[in-house]
Amino acid sequence: MTLSNTPLHDLSVAALAAELRQRHVSATEVAQHFLARAHQHQALGAYVAINEQATLAQARAADARLANGTAGPLEGVPIAHKDIFVTRDFPSTAGSKMLVGYQSPFDATMVSRLAEAGAVTLGKLNCDEFAMGSANENSAVAPVGFDAPAPVRNPWDTSRVPGGSSGGSAVAVAARLAVAATGTDTGGSIRQPASFCGITGIKPTYGRASRYGMIAYASSLDQAGPMARSAQDCALLLSQMCGPDLDRDSTSLDRPAEDFSLHLNQSLDGLRIGIPKEFFGEGLASDVRAAVDAALQEYEKLGATLVPISLPRTELSIPVYYIIAPAEASSNLSRFDGVKFGHRAKDFADLEDMYKKTRAEGFGDEVKRRIMTGAYVLSHGYYDAYYLQAQKIRRMIADDFQQAFQQCDLIAGPVAPTVAWKLGEHSSDPLADYLADIFTLPASLAGLPGMSVPVGFGEGAMPVGLQLIGNYFQEGRLLNAAHRLQQATDFHLSQPEGF
Amino acid sequence: MALTSQDISRIAHLARLELSPQESERMLTRLNGFFDIVEQMRSVDTSGIEPLAHPVAVVQDISLRLRPDMVTEANQREANQRSAPAVENGLFLVPKVIE
Repeated sequence: MTLSNTPLHDLSVAALAAELRQRHVSATEVAQHFLARAHQHQALGAYVAINEQATLAQARAADARLANGTAGPLEGVPIAHKDIFVTRDFPSTAGSKMLVGYQSPFDATMVSRLAEAGAVTLGKLNCDEFAMGSANENSAVAPVGFDAPAPVRNPWDTSRVPGGSSGGSAVAVAARLAVAATGTDTGGSIRQPASFCGITGIKPTYGRASRYGMIAYASSLDQAGPMARSAQDCALLLSQMCGPDLDRDSTSLDRPAEDFSLHLNQSLDGLRIGIPKEFFGEGLASDVRAAVDAALQEYEKLGATLVPISLPRTELSIPVYYIIAPAEASSNLSRFDGVKFGHRAKDFADLEDMYKKTRAEGFGDEVKRRIMTGAYVLSHGYYDAYYLQAQKIRRMIADDFQQAFQQCDLIAGPVAPTVAWKLGEHSSDPLADYLADIFTLPASLAGLPGMSVPVGFGEGAMPVGLQLIGNYFQEGRLLNAAHRLQQATDFHLSQPEGF
Repeated sequence: MALTSQDISRIAHLARLELSPQESERMLTRLNGFFDIVEQMRSVDTSGIEPLAHPVAVVQDISLRLRPDMVTEANQREANQRSAPAVENGLFLVPKVIE
């Protein structure tokens, strides 16, 4: 067993990788330990697919590489993937009835890159249907151990939502049912659940992590990233995830991979942190504000300077995002027609009727709303007024950031206006979810890297996340700032009781 | 400018979605609620602003690549059709389209 008395599931990615390399524990033992925990805590609804045989085969292969000296940097480290990445070893559903049982013939680039680095896949994690949602309440897939769709529960208070859309990923990491997980962020889907569950997550610059095999929601916004318990662990995973995939993703940037760990431990002396006044208005709950303010004071102690800045179009990012993302979604989701894969209706009159009934049965309410919104804003006579107008304001929002970055090195503020809300609290008002995305949408629209770092607790002893936003390709600077804060504070080490 | 129930059925047809009368009514309410918050966007002066598609294009030239038109994948017909609803002799089956 391990040299220390720390249970395996409490070890960081870095520590676990070291224990594995030193052969204090085998990848098979580690995988078995985490699979047992995944079953033990299946009431949380985090996992939607587990395939022990496949996981243990991967673990044995990792053990063989650890034995013969060909181990990768993450050899034997047990992770799990958001069920938006296609995988050969597990079904891939995107949280949708449309894809229940779907078996992909290939692995997403994120999946194969992490596997090449030695990571062992424990299973697939729950998410909002096609990544559309902010509470993980839009999943149409039954979690492991359930016969029907069930809510994903926040381990800090199981009557609350975990956030979304990467809710299962955040829960699995927070409850230590995986040492790290992949997520995707279109309008905040890594940062917001990371904040709600008290973990660390980063979305890189748009185009740095390949979208190949990531079931598409809004292609000009979707971006993969790691979710883990510290910035150091996120750096280890992100270093494997970034890098060009030029033949398979037409928007992948020709920007070499980096070892982000090399950026950690740099001094924050003289770092200018921009504080956008629009992120601290009356919509921000006082408990969240208190935790964020305390973190900003901590940064001052670490040598950083706080600089007031303005992102004047913050509020506009809500309509702009909720025009652009549904427009792209309506196009991307037209492939689900019951012909080549996925659900097909049983009774229909002709081909058109088959399409309409298949899609009516296969998609959930929120997905239908976004498809309808998208089809409308792209339709003849409305395209200029809505879609094109939104794309123009998108440029203005991105330009606002460039203005701001002339005065500061990174930007800090809250991830979300409140802590995690109660399950079902927004169910009669989907717009409430949209409005709660206000602080994560601007960086998404601008394609900037952003992360969430746990900085304390608010109402109901629920975690609060600090959002850090960097300029393009400044992931290393973001991770360093988060890492330095985590060396000075211990919020990222807090654990929910009972797990 | 609020959407009408005629708009809903037109869009539903464009999106190939069958909506029950009850669903259509709910959709109408929801979409009109959403388009209320879109109004603030329409009055923004965007004259002379280029639409932004790839966000990183704000700071560097981005051109979408074409790759050489070469076969790079092995034949995976069986694996690709494993999740298809209806297949016969390696072909995808759909209802009769031409009489």
